[in-house]
Amino acid sequence: MITDKSSASSRIGKAAVYILLSIWAVVVLFPFYWMVLTSFKSYSSYNSEFVPRFFAADPTLSNYRDAFTAVPLARYFLNTLIFTVVTTAVMLVVTVLAAFAFSRLEFRGKNIVFALFLSLMMIPNELVVITNFVTITDWDMRNTFQGLILPSVASIFYIYLLKENFEQIPDELYKAAKVDGTSDLKYLLRVMLPICRPTVVTVTILKVIECWNAYVWPRLITDDQAYFLVSNGIQEIRENGFGRENIPAMMAAVVVISLPLVVLFLIFRKKIMSGVMRGGTKG
Amino acid sequence: MKKQNLKAWLYLLPALAFLAVFMIYPLVDVVVYSLEEGYNSASQTFRGVGLYNFSYVLRDPYFLAAVRNTFILVVITVPVSTGLALLISLGLNSIKALKNLFQTVYFLPYVTNTLAVGLVFMILFKKTAYSEGLVNLLINWFGGPSVDFIDGPYWAKMLVMCIYTVWVVMPFKILILTSALASVNPEYYKAARVDGASRGRIFWRITLPMISPMIFYLVITGFIGAFKAYADEVALFGTDLNAAGMNTIVGYVYDMLYGNSGGYPSYASAAALILFAIVFTITCVNLLISRRTQIS
Amino acid sequence: MKIVLEHLTKRFPNRNRKIKSEVVAVDDFTFEIPDGTLIGLLGPSGCGKSTTLNLISGLETPTEGRIFFGNREVTNLPPEKRGVGLVFQNYALYPHMTALENIMFPLGNLKRDERPSKEEMRERAREAARLVQIEPYLERRPSEMSGGQQQRVAIARALVKKPEVLLLDEPLSNLDARLRLQTREEIRRIQRETGITTIFVTHDQEEAMSISDLIVVMKDGAVHQIAKPQDVYDDPVNLFVAKFLGTPPIDVFDGEVKGGTLFIGEDAVLPARGVEDGPVKVGVRPEGFIPDPDGALRCGLDRVEVMGRDTSIVFRHEGLNADTGRAIVDAEAARGLEGGEVRFSLKPLKTCLFDKTTEARIRLADGGGKAAGR
Repeated sequence: MITDKSSASSRIGKAAVYILLSIWAVVVLFPFYWMVLTSFKSYSSYNSEFVPRFFAADPTLSNYRDAFTAVPLARYFLNTLIFTVVTTAVMLVVTVLAAFAFSRLEFRGKNIVFALFLSLMMIPNELVVITNFVTITDWDMRNTFQGLILPSVASIFYIYLLKENFEQIPDELYKAAKVDGTSDLKYLLRVMLPICRPTVVTVTILKVIECWNAYVWPRLITDDQAYFLVSNGIQEIRENGFGRENIPAMMAAVVVISLPLVVLFLIFRKKIMSGVMRGGTKG
Repeated sequence: MKKQNLKAWLYLLPALAFLAVFMIYPLVDVVVYSLEEGYNSASQTFRGVGLYNFSYVLRDPYFLAAVRNTFILVVITVPVSTGLALLISLGLNSIKALKNLFQTVYFLPYVTNTLAVGLVFMILFKKTAYSEGLVNLLINWFGGPSVDFIDGPYWAKMLVMCIYTVWVVMPFKILILTSALASVNPEYYKAARVDGASRGRIFWRITLPMISPMIFYLVITGFIGAFKAYADEVALFGTDLNAAGMNTIVGYVYDMLYGNSGGYPSYASAAALILFAIVFTITCVNLLISRRTQIS
Repeated sequence: MKIVLEHLTKRFPNRNRKIKSEVVAVDDFTFEIPDGTLIGLLGPSGCGKSTTLNLISGLETPTEGRIFFGNREVTNLPPEKRGVGLVFQNYALYPHMTALENIMFPLGNLKRDERPSKEEMRERAREAARLVQIEPYLERRPSEMSGGQQQRVAIARALVKKPEVLLLDEPLSNLDARLRLQTREEIRRIQRETGITTIFVTHDQEEAMSISDLIVVMKDGAVHQIAKPQDVYDDPVNLFVAKFLGTPPIDVFDGEVKGGTLFIGEDAVLPARGVEDGPVKVGVRPEGFIPDPDGALRCGLDRVEVMGRDTSIVFRHEGLNADTGRAIVDAEAARGLEGGEVRFSLKPLKTCLFDKTTEARIRLADGGGKAAGR
């Protein structure tokens, strides 16, 4: 594709492109590198380095021990796990049922209800958080898992995504199932879900990421450390844990918290990226 | 038909219940709150109905500071991140070797907890009694004076905030733009080369118009996202954003609702509605502009 | 502008990276295209015809060999310096520009000092539009035009810089049958009016036959035959060319030459003087069969299909390379044929012999078929 005459200049261009891309890669990776590096430095060696070293002279795991002992990191972790699993599971059930009703069943008022759903998609979370906070407080659900989970369940965007996918399944399959005497629920579980598995997986992963990184709602609804999620835990550690300046221990906690999602991402890289491309926006 | 109707509503029931309680009712309620003057959350009583909450919020210096911070953040980060993402995506699309690796690396910030990485940014930029922080050492190395980016001058704090925000939003933008660029039919480029179009002209006359819908999409979602900035700021400056002078509109809403300065759901509601009005207006303007440029 | 290709070769690295060998898309291509001709590059898909077009346009550079436009060597020139117009299979019209803007686009690419004024650009675009007869649609966007109209806009865009060579990549494949006929006449007319040397790529032999001055038949990156359409049909150089051209296709039999006579099965069908004894392949065009009660070739009659003017006789024969063969004869001649056996005599000019292994043409000493074209 490259003609001889321009090959010299195009080679320079190519080199420039790689340099640009590498610079950005460094910008992206450097914080991760720094976080891992610092987590392996001992408290004393970290504080004695006026000019920080780019490697750990004698790496130590003591920070990780501190992270799990000095602050209830394991508790935060467990809480987040429970929150993520339950929220995602309930969300899936609710979403799949609603998407099925919209895509496959005929009922009066369907279009109106769906239009209502779509218009709710434009409502920013900030508007409804205030009342939800009051509601959950009134229900005496502060510092409970129910209080954390209930308002995080409904996700109109995922209903929409699944409904679109469900509708691509040809009508004939439904009719064939009806002729065979399959019930609606059985058809949904045995036919539609398996066919739409990729979308279901995508939705699940996106919701897991969302839950794992949730900060605002958990912060509002929990002030008892026993119910903190990792994001609040980090904030708590930053402000009160480890005697403020123990940065290596802080970094160890941060590494532990970041690791699950990074691993999840490396495993499901393609799925996550294509899922996000289909309309997931952050925030 | 009746039975079918009933069954359909049964399937919809869970979703409808959740939405009614946690979205539709709050939506109405937030307006009610914002109109109730002198609401006391302990006794659940209020003095009267009117627009006092709005006028209070609009005169509150903390709110005005939050609005200013948010606007500066939006105006800087949206163009910078979109432009930078376009540059990087163009680069990504012109290479074959290592492309996958770069794409994977670039997407990494999307899946990380912004609170966690924010802490790392804070450490990199922070100046403490016994350490200048890595960024300051770099500045010194180039002969500049140290700056406390976390507790120092306003511009420095704003700079860190913008840098971190850009870092956080880039993965999504790079992902979208890379796929938009890749979906342009290569025949157009071949045709343009045979027609003798220069590289610059190919970019401005062909590539850019072809991906312009995606760019507008990114600008619109970028505006909305940046206006809702909050967690990233907490990560950098701690939960007391007012003290740091780095509060955002969303931060103001939460501060009014909860915490040391909290207990004023009416003010919070008014501020949230003002934010919604701003975002709504700007989105509409964006859509109008994008529609006009698409047509002409 | 005549075009000369000398030992043109293009090799690509194999797509499957594990295989180290290269793919030869164009293999040692040498030929000369006379000025002002319309030439069709014909071959099955994957035969290297599009690569050849890309080499001529400059979108790709050859691994070996040279390309001349007239006396000017263009081998390493980028496309915009060659003076070629290229029409893509999918037209590649820019969807965000109107037809007029599309046609003007190449002119706007010229360097500042060569670029005509806006007015002149518009006039030249109009002129090109007039030539392809799309003037009324100039303000429309590609999505608002039919396939045929888009095709014409693409041709106008290729012509607006007055190139010396026009290249068309499968120009008709995206059109429906009726438009295809109309558009190919149109291409012929535009080529005649402008006198521009034109090369077009197609896999459709009928398309190539109908409008080309010369046909280049390609397979696996190699040129098999270059000749006038009728010559390629009547006088193929090998079995591949014979089979690739003609609908219905040529009927191929296993035959044998014994003592200067050609046998198909037991039947001595034609004299074959000067041909060595041995097994051969015999290709007979459908119109080369004459139903003849005394004919030498005895076949089983399968059925008779009446198609108006002509009639096809579908027959069976043990030596046939396919299940059935097809002969096209006058309706008169087929009258009264029924069941059982049908006998043919063969027209010598419509019958070709090929080597059984190399599949190369075997020519008869007395010039069976026309004197060799090439």
